[in-house]
Amino acid sequence: MAIKAITKSGLLVLAAAGAFLASAGARAEQVGDFVLPSSKAAKVENCVEPTEYMRRNHFEVIRHQRDTTVYGGIRSTKHSLAGCVDCHVGYDESGQPLSVSDEGQFCSACHDYAAVTMNCFDCHATVPEGESWNHETAALHGHLGIDLAARAAGPDAPAHREGSQQ
Amino acid sequence: MKPDKEKIDNGRRSFIGAAAGVSAAVVAPGVVLHTVDATAAPRTEPVTDLHRWGMLIDTSKCADGCSACVSACDRENGLNLQSKPLGDDPLKWDNQRAVWIRKVKLQDNTTGRITNLPLMCQHCENPPCVDVCPTGASFKRADGLVLVDRHTCIGCRYCMMACPYKARSFIHEKVDQKLTRAPRGKGCVESCTLCVHRLDEGDISTACADACNAEGHQAIVFGDLNDPDGPLRQALRQVPSRQIRQDLGLNTGVRYSGI
Ligand code: HEC
Ligand code: HEC
Ligand code: HEC
Repeated sequence: MAIKAITKSGLLVLAAAGAFLASAGARAEQVGDFVLPSSKAAKVENCVEPTEYMRRNHFEVIRHQRDTTVYGGIRSTKHSLAGCVDCHVGYDESGQPLSVSDEGQFCSACHDYAAVTMNCFDCHATVPEGESWNHETAALHGHLGIDLAARAAGPDAPAHREGSQQ
Repeated sequence: MKPDKEKIDNGRRSFIGAAAGVSAAVVAPGVVLHTVDATAAPRTEPVTDLHRWGMLIDTSKCADGCSACVSACDRENGLNLQSKPLGDDPLKWDNQRAVWIRKVKLQDNTTGRITNLPLMCQHCENPPCVDVCPTGASFKRADGLVLVDRHTCIGCRYCMMACPYKARSFIHEKVDQKLTRAPRGKGCVESCTLCVHRLDEGDISTACADACNAEGHQAIVFGDLNDPDGPLRQALRQVPSRQIRQDLGLNTGVRYSGI
């Protein structure tokens, strides 16, 4: 009821807002228009899911991924928030990444437009920096682990490497 | 020690023994991942209780004045990126800044013997921090890691009160700089994750153990408590070890020798 009353009295305002939205919408009419030219995404055909689907459901996708990661330990899948940032982050002329949550950058440009507020980036990095353990570093540190194992086991214990490769 | 505690422990030991028999074959591929680096792979299946991660810390090798593990932990998790808020009292900041590992120095008053050890989240099997959490944010992952789901943490700090090891920190200030692998922010409690981001990517090591190794001390052995042939269990077989506050019956994942 309250809504109805507001609607009536706000008709005029709404009409004005509609006109504004139409003009603002023109900019983002095309799916993919928010993608920054300097981001990796600009060089890729598709988002991690069909773009139309991502537009409407990306937060469900991320939230699902959140629990998969925090409780299941699965963190390298395509829906990871770190992945969104990595692919969608824009770069300035000198090649420095620009925070995805800064004004006009990918995540915030659309959120500001749609009046969405979210606090994810209070904690989550907004540029790719210090990403999760990757294969190169794992390989680098792998031998440390083996040495450690052998040393910890002592000289007369069977070597860890031999014991475990069977 | 009370006999009933002994009973609980024995039961648990034989259970782990039995489970280890079953899991040994399954664990082997994980261990191979560790040795054959090229195949190190991020996980695609949810963690299970086939593994239980833990550490053995040999306090006799832990050097006085060395804080390599602490600074490695800080770098790994972006704790070194925090800075004292302008105008904050330095003493207050020192008390409140997040630390996941603390170097502790023990002195036996009778003998005068000094022992150094790093103290972090002990990843208890029966974690008091999980018992008291009103939102379920403080939880034990299937593979034994005791973590805070910071998406559901409301910052009440009950867990900090409950922890006998003073292992958790509360973030009082806005975090300006953070790493992708370790999100962190104001209003939540956090603590050692045993470098969960490494584990999940198939790398069986922690920043602290690596740093201690690099210093040549080798005081920290990280590994799987459930893998009878793994480096951790081998090390545990060789030296007598105990849990800090063993009397609480928490069955910690981090064990100490030489104390
Ligand atoms: C591998 C690169 C890549 C990753 C990773 C990625 N995206 Fe995308 N995303 C794209 C591309 C490319 C487009 C534009 C596709 C098009 O033009 O149809 C896009 C489009 C979008 C759009 C629509 C934008 C618009 O202007 O209509 C949203 C929303 C989006 N992505 C969100 C996300 C989120 C959230 C994540 C993390 C779960 C993510 N993306 C991960 C490449 C990526
Ligand atoms: C108080 C800090 C905090 C806030 C706020 C926060 N997160 Fe997280 N989030 C974390 C931490 C810490 C982890 C990492 C847990 C780990 O590594 O085991 C994480 C992990 C994740 C992951 C899995 C890792 C990845 O990059 O894919 C996703 C997805 C995620 N969060 C989504 C969100 C979303 C969506 C929001 C906002 C609605 C949000 N988070 C807000 C702290 C936070
Ligand atoms: C094309 C526009 C668009 C883009 C680009 C976009 N979002 Fe969104 N996002 C939305 C809309 C609209 C909502 C609100 C949906 C609702 O509330 O029903 C939303 C909501 C969210 C939410 C849920 C917020 C909450 O409080 O529950 C998260 C999380 C989120 N977006 C993350 C991202 C991230 C991360 C990016 C950048 C990688 C991004 N979004 C880019 C349009 C966009």
